[in-house]
Amino acid sequence: MFCCGVYGFITRKNMIAILISLELMLNAVDINFALFNRYLYPGHMEGMFFTLFAIAIAAAETALAIAIIINIFRVTRNVDVQGLDKMKL
Amino acid sequence: MSIVIPLLILVLPLFMFLFLGLAGCKMSHKLAGWLGCLGMGTTTVLAYITALTYYYNPEFTSAAGERLQVVIFNQTWLQFTDYLVIKLGFLLDPISALLLIVITTISFMVHIYSLGYMEGEKGFQRYYAFLALFTFSMLGLVVATNIFQMYIFWELVGASSYLLIGFYYTKHSAVSASKKAFIVTRFADLGFLLGILILSYYTQTFNFIDMTNNPGGVLMCFEGATFMGCSLLTWALILIFVGGMGKSAMMPLHIWLPDAMEGPTPVSALIHAATMVVAGVYLVARMFPLYALEWNASTFIVVVGAITAFYAAMVACTQIDIKRILAFSTISQIAFMMVSLGVASEGEGIILHHGVGYMASMFHLFTHAMFKALLFLCAGALIHAVHSNDYTHMHGMWRYMPVTHITCLIGCLAIAGIWPFSGFFSKDEILAACYSWSPMVGAWMSMVAALTAFYMFRMYFLIFWWKEHPIHHGHVPHEAPLPMRIPLIFLAAVSCCCGFLHFGHFVSWNRMPYDIHIELGIALSSVGIALCAIFIAWKMYFKENDLPVKMKNMLPRLWDWCYHRFYWDELYMFVTHKIIFNGICRPIAWFDRHIIDGTMNGFAIVTNKCSYAIRGLQSGQVQMYVWIYLIGALILGAIGVLFLLG
Repeated sequence: MFCCGVYGFITRKNMIAILISLELMLNAVDINFALFNRYLYPGHMEGMFFTLFAIAIAAAETALAIAIIINIFRVTRNVDVQGLDKMKL
Repeated sequence: MSIVIPLLILVLPLFMFLFLGLAGCKMSHKLAGWLGCLGMGTTTVLAYITALTYYYNPEFTSAAGERLQVVIFNQTWLQFTDYLVIKLGFLLDPISALLLIVITTISFMVHIYSLGYMEGEKGFQRYYAFLALFTFSMLGLVVATNIFQMYIFWELVGASSYLLIGFYYTKHSAVSASKKAFIVTRFADLGFLLGILILSYYTQTFNFIDMTNNPGGVLMCFEGATFMGCSLLTWALILIFVGGMGKSAMMPLHIWLPDAMEGPTPVSALIHAATMVVAGVYLVARMFPLYALEWNASTFIVVVGAITAFYAAMVACTQIDIKRILAFSTISQIAFMMVSLGVASEGEGIILHHGVGYMASMFHLFTHAMFKALLFLCAGALIHAVHSNDYTHMHGMWRYMPVTHITCLIGCLAIAGIWPFSGFFSKDEILAACYSWSPMVGAWMSMVAALTAFYMFRMYFLIFWWKEHPIHHGHVPHEAPLPMRIPLIFLAAVSCCCGFLHFGHFVSWNRMPYDIHIELGIALSSVGIALCAIFIAWKMYFKENDLPVKMKNMLPRLWDWCYHRFYWDELYMFVTHKIIFNGICRPIAWFDRHIIDGTMNGFAIVTNKCSYAIRGLQSGQVQMYVWIYLIGALILGAIGVLFLLG
């Protein structure tokens, strides 16, 4: 699942798709946290909490990313990531 | 004696400085001036109470009649080792009490005088604040209990002198004069500091009383320490004297004093005639038992003093600016005091003639302060009236300024050494001391005394007589306003009668009462010489005639050299500009600009170039970065795994 995310991140041109790939990677990591916690330290709950924490952060981060993308779209009428090298000096 | 009054003497001027300096700009000129005078008047009264109590209260005299040295308070300020402690305190002994009187009197007179002289000047409040700062530092200097405290206040008087010379800071000449004064005296103070360090390193003390009450012990401390054939004690004393030479304008460090006349005239009267410039004399007098021990050091003082006295007197004969004449006369008179201190002993602690030289030096310091301040204040009144420093714009002033005329005449008679004016008594004692040391020095100083009478009366006749006053544009000179007349009259009265003080009862080298007896031979001959000199001056300058021009044409070379002060300033300019600037400063500047700055600029340029070279890597393609990141992470991971396995 993580590898799917990485693949998507690298190959897709649309920024929304890249964002979705990013979410895929985050969720893969979350699942990893939860599972390894369950198998390696059954008595502890740190992994679970960390997962919850990561989900909250990911939600915030997605909102931010969407806002940025909307702004970019307003300016350039385009969400293609390869066209975005105007910020370079 | 309680601690309150001596403490107030120091605190009051300091407070006035802070108060006038901080709140002065909110006040009117009048209020600031009167407050300054009030503060200084109170300080004067307190100083008189302290000094007179010290002189007349039997509590301060031992059973044998010796005046004691009393430390009123002595607060530790910095502690280096158990012995080497810097303290700030208040030492009361005959000479510090004397200087308390001199400083506060002159300072108070100058405060009053400035009410008239400085009226309407921009920065009037600032002027009074600086005067208070100067008075504070000078008082701190004379009551110092140890040489380091003296050094601190020594620098403070230098700083306040700098501020006051440069008072007219929009005038270019005043600014450069203040810089010159500061740099020259600072340069001399380097010698002073070295002397202090050598002395305190060997004696393990800064304290004046410890050093001077046991000069033999000091000599023991220096046993065997020599440098270039002279004992280190001699070196230390000479270096300390170099500090005094700077402050007291001895050759060759005299060049700052004539230029310091750019300051306001009352400042010249207070600082550059009466008080600060005698700090060097005071320093030597303070350490007198040590100088009495060292023949080399005291002879050095005599030689420097004798040459300076003659040189300054020669130059004073040809100057046109009346303040410059007075400045050179001050240099010459201070040299008199220095010589007098030098001839008081014959080395190995043998005191000549009951230490009359020491007493005479202090006596002359006292009388000179009074009549030279008087002469400067007269010059101020004249400048105030005609708005020029040159006597060529004066002439025939007796008709317009009767008070200034009479007081100036009294000042001139006093400095020429005519009985019964105060200068006669002190100069006679100095000459007596010189003759008992060596007849040659005595004759030399008599000659200088004759020159003194000549140039003072040259100035007097040229200002007040010579010819009718040339009236320009109907501008008639007027007598000085009342605040300026009061100090003139007061100081003239003091100059008339203070010679009759039994000065030896107050100050002598061993603090035992000493009876002054006038040596009739020396007294008569010196008065005779002075009268001759005055007669010559009268012949040459009383009525307009061509005698001065003839004299000048007879010895054109000599006149030229005197007029240009023997080209000392040019010599200094040559040494500093041509040799030091070109030989040392320029290469250093080149090194700084090309080597040090070059290295730094090189770093910046290299960094810049590198960043330009690699900026192509920043393509702006996010996915490219991720690729690189991913590959990098994989490689690192692979290396990590390899390490873990291997």
